[in-house]
Amino acid sequence: MTLLRHTHGGTITERQALTINPAKTCQPIGAMYAALGIHRCLPHSHGSQGCCSYHRSTLSRHYKEPVMAATSSFTEGSSVFGGQANLHQALQTAFTTYEPDVVAVHTTCLSETIGDDIPQIVQKATEEGLIPEGKYVIHANTPSYVGSACTGFANMTTAMVDYFSASASPDKVAGRINVIPGWVEPADMREIKRIVRLMGLEAIVFPDTSGVLDCPQTGKHELFPRGGVTVDQLRATGDSIGTIALGPVCSGPAAAQLTTRCRVPNTVLPLPIGLHATDAFIMALRKYNGGKVPREIADERGRLLDLITDMHQYFYGRTAALWGDPDQLASLSQFLMTIDILPKYVVTGTPGTKFLKRMGEVLGDRKSEAQVRQGPRADMFLMHQWIKNEPVDLLIGNTYGKYIARDENIPFVRHGFPLLDRVGHQYIPTVGYAGAIRLLEQILQVTLDKIDRESPEEQFELTL
Amino acid sequence: MINILQERERQVNCGTEPFRMDCDKHSAAGSVSQRACVFCGSRVVLYPVADALHLVHGPIGCAAYTWDIRGSLSSGPELHRMSFSTDLREMDVIFGGEKRLYGALTDLIGIYRPKAAFVYSTCIVGVIGDDVAAVCKRVGAEQQIPVLAVHSEGFKGTKKDGYQAACSALGELVGTGPTRDIGPRSLNVLGDFNIAGETWAIRRYYERMGLQVVATVTGDGRVDDIRRAHGAALNVVQCSGAMTHLARAMKDKYGIPFLRVSYFGIEDMSKALYDVADHFRDAAMMERARIMVREEVTRILPEIRRLRSGLEGKRAAVYTGGAFKAFSLVRSLRTLGMKTVLAGTQTGNADDYQALRELCDDDTVLVDDTNPLELAKFIQERGVELLIGGVKERPVAYKLGVGFCDHNHERKTCLAGFEGMLNFAREVHATVTSPVWKLIRSSRRETTAAPLDQCGHDCGRCTLPMCCGAPVPPANAVI
Repeated sequence: MTLLRHTHGGTITERQALTINPAKTCQPIGAMYAALGIHRCLPHSHGSQGCCSYHRSTLSRHYKEPVMAATSSFTEGSSVFGGQANLHQALQTAFTTYEPDVVAVHTTCLSETIGDDIPQIVQKATEEGLIPEGKYVIHANTPSYVGSACTGFANMTTAMVDYFSASASPDKVAGRINVIPGWVEPADMREIKRIVRLMGLEAIVFPDTSGVLDCPQTGKHELFPRGGVTVDQLRATGDSIGTIALGPVCSGPAAAQLTTRCRVPNTVLPLPIGLHATDAFIMALRKYNGGKVPREIADERGRLLDLITDMHQYFYGRTAALWGDPDQLASLSQFLMTIDILPKYVVTGTPGTKFLKRMGEVLGDRKSEAQVRQGPRADMFLMHQWIKNEPVDLLIGNTYGKYIARDENIPFVRHGFPLLDRVGHQYIPTVGYAGAIRLLEQILQVTLDKIDRESPEEQFELTL
Repeated sequence: MINILQERERQVNCGTEPFRMDCDKHSAAGSVSQRACVFCGSRVVLYPVADALHLVHGPIGCAAYTWDIRGSLSSGPELHRMSFSTDLREMDVIFGGEKRLYGALTDLIGIYRPKAAFVYSTCIVGVIGDDVAAVCKRVGAEQQIPVLAVHSEGFKGTKKDGYQAACSALGELVGTGPTRDIGPRSLNVLGDFNIAGETWAIRRYYERMGLQVVATVTGDGRVDDIRRAHGAALNVVQCSGAMTHLARAMKDKYGIPFLRVSYFGIEDMSKALYDVADHFRDAAMMERARIMVREEVTRILPEIRRLRSGLEGKRAAVYTGGAFKAFSLVRSLRTLGMKTVLAGTQTGNADDYQALRELCDDDTVLVDDTNPLELAKFIQERGVELLIGGVKERPVAYKLGVGFCDHNHERKTCLAGFEGMLNFAREVHATVTSPVWKLIRSSRRETTAAPLDQCGHDCGRCTLPMCCGAPVPPANAVI
């Protein structure tokens, strides 16, 4: 018996209006994750208690860290009369009890539909003296019926620009750039900072969850850990010489907004996962550091290339299925193409159209061999049906792939959000050249383990 | 006294002041509450019905976050482990989601031919005013299966109201199946959700006593069993909040009496079996129960004694969803020689807290609907060495250097019944005696002795005794 025995192959099931086993989730959780990347920030969910509870649970399961966030705790009354009273009480409670520097409010389907106007409510709170001197309330509109968690992340990141970025002088600060890392792990944000530092540049990375969701064990519970981009740093983003946005969906909008507001030119790049996407990131950094690439980075690239060389025979002719968020999927697919694995099935529930175009570029002349679906009914049920009809050799995606991996006996590399059943992703980056080595190691591990597990005794070999 | 949110003063009791817990109220807005919503309550109660279709009518999040989150095991079909959503979008919010719901339901029933369907309303459905009940009725008539609307709009109350909505939906199923082959020595198991196979353990005990278990509601639940549950002679209800509503409704409508029990810990488990035997006034059944309890306790006691020796005198904090579990845990911890210094629940009522007050020691702190800050402060203040709670509490305990036992959705071993007590003892022992706490305590001491975290490095190592030794960046460095 298989877990997903209810999924069959053959003719792909026609569906009118229905998502089965989604490859996305709703906006607010992305906004909450982004807000946690501000130093001393308390994310606030303006809606029912459940939303906040679900987001915190999911983030806690993924990061194995306490996740602090507050809620407006909507009641039937608030849904009729509006959530102003709740938000006012909440702000008062938050600032007196938890003492954050910033409260980052995101809306939910409920508060959006009843038409709560957050800026106006916050304005009123300011007039009534509910927001202490030197403290801030920012907000993002994140109705759950629009976009996905990725756009929620993008909206909150854009809110950081809207509320804080300023241009103090007409001259930009030479050698300092902004990097918007996109929805990646704390370890990835740390790695991005390391790469920028090696390239001899200063960077304001925002949001930055390193040091927030990968805290060292000190025996203390810090409500607000040491990490996160500070308000002062966010303000200073307006004076940086340029912005590099990693991932068009998650980071593109904030970078564009920073250009509009403070005339900071921006470069939107794919997430630096894999060889070519990291190359693009390094090339973009070279524009700001006078063109040099330090030996250390060149060597990291060389080591990655060396590993691909050593193991290329194990990639040839293989196929993969991927699901998750568009920024990750585009770069992962490109990396797979680089090493000679075909991303045969790719699904993302995040709506839009640009992703399909991007995937077209990534797949190049092998486009006809792959199936890519985005938006409505692009879910894991569909992907599983495809796999049942024609299997693949590798799965890459979040934890929800484990059912398919088990039922179809396909090697599975966990990547993306959420990862509820493994550790490592918080600590070990997959961005940059070193991150690509980690990814390759994971891909090879599951692939070779399967060969070892299943090869008949006489063919079971000690060496590669 | 630690700093407690003003609005919450009447939800915390330290044993000194006169007592009436001001619970059953909404969380103070702005507090980092550990509670969830009405939808969550309905979803966790109904989810284990394994051969039913569970369709979440709303935007994707509500379905995504509740996709197979509870380890409710099934011995047969596993349709409940799939995630179905109408995935409402902006246009549906403007023009209404009824058409979409109709389409989704029709498609799903066509694909899976389930025994019944539950349709969960989420916040947004309550606001845009979809007539979910009407759509369910129509599809039910067309497809010839029960299609039940669960009125679980998130904001319309607390998680407890979600339990009620779930019970109402179940109530519509009960009474629609044949009861011919049900004998007089029969019962339904209500309020156990078969996490890590617990319902199976409970069912075996009752069967050994010579009882017929008609329906398990909802652990390892089946639609056909629930439909004929009204044929049972007794309802045995576990979990204070979740299923009492259904038991009451079945008493009113079918005259079926009910007993409230708990299956956690030797005392409560034995009492449950004796109470049931007592109810049937059957000496032979009581004798079988006695023999079984003796056998089971004899089997687990030697190891429990061994584990107890490492736990004697340790201090525990308990934070559960419902109150009945808190009672059992306080007793179970006593069995292990441990002292409960803090106890709280998400959904307990005033009477529950009164009972908890009487059960606990005089200086045990009681909290209703607590939050991490409060929890952390009490844990430190009272020198707690073990926290029992759920997913959001685990990392808080660990950060404080305190052992943790998940007694909620994510428990991996059966904690109910006699074998469950042994598993519980093992889990508690494993976490409380782990060498990691010593490592944390010693690193904490050394950190306090030399405040290396002020050296200014961003290497993450500086809170440890060994500083990375890198040059200190200038104060204005941005990286």
